[in-house]
Amino acid sequence: MLQEWVILLVSLCYLGTLFAIAYYADWRSDRGKSVISNPYIYTLSIAVYCTAWTFYGSVGRAAETGVGFMPIYLGPTLMAALWWFLLRKMIRIAKVYRITSIADFLASRYGKSPLIGGLVTVIAVVGIMPYISLQLKAVSTSYTVMLHYPDLAMIQEHKTSIWTDNAFSVAMIMAAFAILFGTRHIDATERHEGMVAAIAFESVVKLLAFSAAGIYITFIMFDGPLDLFEWVSHYPETSRLMQLEVLPGGYSNWLTLTFLSMMAIMFLPRQFQVLVVENVNEEHVRKAAWLFPLYLLAINIFVLPIAFAGMLLFPEGNVDPDIFVLALPLTEGQNILALFVYLGGLSAATGMVIVATIALSTMLCNDLVMPVLLRMLAIQQVDLSRVLLFIRRCSIVAVLLLGYLYYRFIGESYTLATMGLVSFAAAAQFSPAIMFGVFWKDASRRAAICGLLAGFLVWFYTLLLPSFARSGWLPVSFLELGPFGIELLKPYQLFGLNMFDPITHSVFWSMLVNAGLLVSISLLDRQNTMDRIQASLFVDVYRHSGDTHLWKGKAMITELKDLVARFIGPLQSERAFASYSNIHKINFSKDMQADAELVEFAERLLSGAIGAASARVMVSSVVEGEEISPEGVMKIIDETSQVLEYSHQLEEKSIELEAATKELQEANRRLKELDRLKDEFVSTVSHELRTPLTSVRAFSEILHDNADMGQEERQKYLDIMVKETERLTRLINEVLDLAKIESGRADWYMENIDLTEVLGEAVTATSQLFRERSVAIIELLPTFPVTVFADRDRIIQVVINLLSNAAKFSPPEKGEVTVRLYFKEREIRVEIADNGPGIHPDEQQKIFEKFKQITDLRDGKPKGTGLGLAISRRIIEYHNGKIWVESTPGEGSKFIFSIPD
Amino acid sequence: MPKYVLIVDDVPNIVLSLVFLMKKEGYEVHSVSNGEEAMDAVAEKIPDLILLDVMMPRKDGYEVCQELRAKPEWKDIKILMLTAKGRDVEREKGLALGADDYVTKPFATQELVEKVKALLS
Repeated sequence: MLQEWVILLVSLCYLGTLFAIAYYADWRSDRGKSVISNPYIYTLSIAVYCTAWTFYGSVGRAAETGVGFMPIYLGPTLMAALWWFLLRKMIRIAKVYRITSIADFLASRYGKSPLIGGLVTVIAVVGIMPYISLQLKAVSTSYTVMLHYPDLAMIQEHKTSIWTDNAFSVAMIMAAFAILFGTRHIDATERHEGMVAAIAFESVVKLLAFSAAGIYITFIMFDGPLDLFEWVSHYPETSRLMQLEVLPGGYSNWLTLTFLSMMAIMFLPRQFQVLVVENVNEEHVRKAAWLFPLYLLAINIFVLPIAFAGMLLFPEGNVDPDIFVLALPLTEGQNILALFVYLGGLSAATGMVIVATIALSTMLCNDLVMPVLLRMLAIQQVDLSRVLLFIRRCSIVAVLLLGYLYYRFIGESYTLATMGLVSFAAAAQFSPAIMFGVFWKDASRRAAICGLLAGFLVWFYTLLLPSFARSGWLPVSFLELGPFGIELLKPYQLFGLNMFDPITHSVFWSMLVNAGLLVSISLLDRQNTMDRIQASLFVDVYRHSGDTHLWKGKAMITELKDLVARFIGPLQSERAFASYSNIHKINFSKDMQADAELVEFAERLLSGAIGAASARVMVSSVVEGEEISPEGVMKIIDETSQVLEYSHQLEEKSIELEAATKELQEANRRLKELDRLKDEFVSTVSHELRTPLTSVRAFSEILHDNADMGQEERQKYLDIMVKETERLTRLINEVLDLAKIESGRADWYMENIDLTEVLGEAVTATSQLFRERSVAIIELLPTFPVTVFADRDRIIQVVINLLSNAAKFSPPEKGEVTVRLYFKEREIRVEIADNGPGIHPDEQQKIFEKFKQITDLRDGKPKGTGLGLAISRRIIEYHNGKIWVESTPGEGSKFIFSIPD
Repeated sequence: MPKYVLIVDDVPNIVLSLVFLMKKEGYEVHSVSNGEEAMDAVAEKIPDLILLDVMMPRKDGYEVCQELRAKPEWKDIKILMLTAKGRDVEREKGLALGADDYVTKPFATQELVEKVKALLS
């Protein structure tokens, strides 16, 4: 057995070591050589999550529920996967706006509301009370166990009065320790490098101590885990633990615990402190997100083996499973190991208590006491930095005293794990306000207040009050029959909901009203401008990043400096302003006015010390002229958003432009193609015109130069000239006609005409040509009028063109051309058939193009202009009809056009 | 011995006028109406000069020009090209393919005769 003075001395030496580490880290940090600026220290500091509850309580819970201890570590592991999205954003927000606590965070988010800051502080303090008492209980119990083991009776009744109760001494020692760590000076950033270094060290110690105990118990007392499990399966009491059925409340409880611990890892005030406030570099989150789950795995690996070993060695149940990890080495006489384990437990407990009390004291001071104090004292010209320190120190003592009282009056009726869960459920109340707050701009201040308040009250009624009842401070009937005998209000079965265990039940109702009120009121609420500004600054933190200046008025630099000095001390203030002047190349020595940026800098310095809400009040007292009206600020922010919106629009415009460019290129390509076609047309027309002109010119010159020519020859040449001139005229007319139709400038005289009569007229007009070539023409026309809506002259033009082509291509003497008019497929068709040479299938399409004449089948050139069919096609298409040719070479051709009936 | 001029064109009236002009200058004249016939005629009897139209069915003037210049024994034949396409690029193309001179339709009869005379002297 160890002497009491040995245990005490070792404990104090250990705390001294911690303090030395913290002092060294602070010293280094003052010189700008941070020891904590790396992801490993960051991860270890997050491991402050593993408290005495983990160290002693996990084994206790495992002994009761088997794997039931695991959700508490599963939750954080799941949450770590979301850190990059959620935590990084919270860190960025906290950095940009100098957030120093979770209360500050929520107050800032919801319109810098002092009410929210105060509310969150109250919830945090009340909620964390059981948790702190848990640590006190653990340390005091472990100390007693070390002292009196195996005299179990002594352990049971170690508390008699406050003065002999070692938990009280523990509380006071821890308070002193936290004061030394956390309130040496008021820091503008409210970061505590020394504290972080110390708790990182503690995380290493507790992991090593627990692992040492685990290894000793598993591998030396037993023959490894397999041997241990072999033993376990021999006894029904222990083998029961290997199954999932032992979970109280079953799967719903498992889910609740996982959810609670997911929230706890983020929103317990001390977790917020190490994760967000103490974070040096948001990049560290990346590595911590997988290192931290690894730490959790390591520290939990021996929980089940130790629980099993304890149950096997103390089957009578007279040893509390919560102290198995200490009792087992002590039973074996391993005093040194036991001492090491005790130190591990001590470090787990002190780490939590230090961080939690510092976090809570900051909140108490900044969000509860300062706003009241500032209002009461108005703004007297006194150095407030001492006052601030004093308030914080008192807060620390108060928090620990509260914890102690809870422990002394309530704590005995609960196991460690249950006490921890009560606190987890309280911390979970912050989650809706934070998570909706950083992702949803519409989450409003009123909604957050209602949600927080309602959630807290439900938690208070369903978890905290029952704990008073169970400890005899309230009548037990309160639990069993409900208040005043109203069954519906039984705290463990609110509104008759009796399917859950107390924790799940409380979490269910509190989260339901909390999140429900937050969302529903936000949807109905209209936020005022200040609230909207803060919401936008938080949700769009990656956009704004503090570039938006919210102060318009001017202040004297000296005044600002004095103001800041009053809260954070003259030296600190001087230093902060000096570094600002260095960075921004501003010379403060002259009597200069501070610009908006400097005013904002001062506000941020102050909000680090006294919280955002109070800082705003203080700064506005020295800024001359108005601060920008909330509407003005909103405008600034809107402008930022508009710029972003504008650039977004620009981007879209440029995409549109690209598309337009593509279309233009396509259009240009088509135009070029058209241009090429036109060129070709002009070139072809030019060729077609030059050919007859050549003959005319040549013969006229010949006639001119050869006056002595014979009469007959002269006549022949003159005839040629006349014919070619006619041809030229016709050609010019047709080219102009075609151009007119194609450009849409042709005049159309649409009327109801009788097609039978039109065909007859066309036949009459061409009869001379048929007679000349001795080609027969056969008319197969109806005897009644066939009325169509068309341009009479144009239709005649088409028919004459087709008839004269037929006459030209039919063999003289034997030629026979048939004209028919008939109905087919709801169309009126006109067919002109000849018995000429026919047209090759390859050419049947081409002949309707300009200047495409069939020349191959006959010698020389035909007499046409090459435009007749092209013009006919245009005319028929104008009447919504079609024109085509059916022909087999050698068997004549049929030209058909149709006009819709 | 009169010079022998071959006329190649597919428009009968133009051929008629060319034949008149050449005969009047005392040349021996033969005319055909497309490129293929022209090659046959050249193979039969090598002319001193060819009046060669460009736009013709079955083997145009450029092809005829190219084929004539490909054979060494035909390198002395003078080629005067006639075309109704008035653009410079046509002219360049004809000269590049080996034509000796180039006349655009409608041509001045005097000028054409002068050019023929110059080529044959």
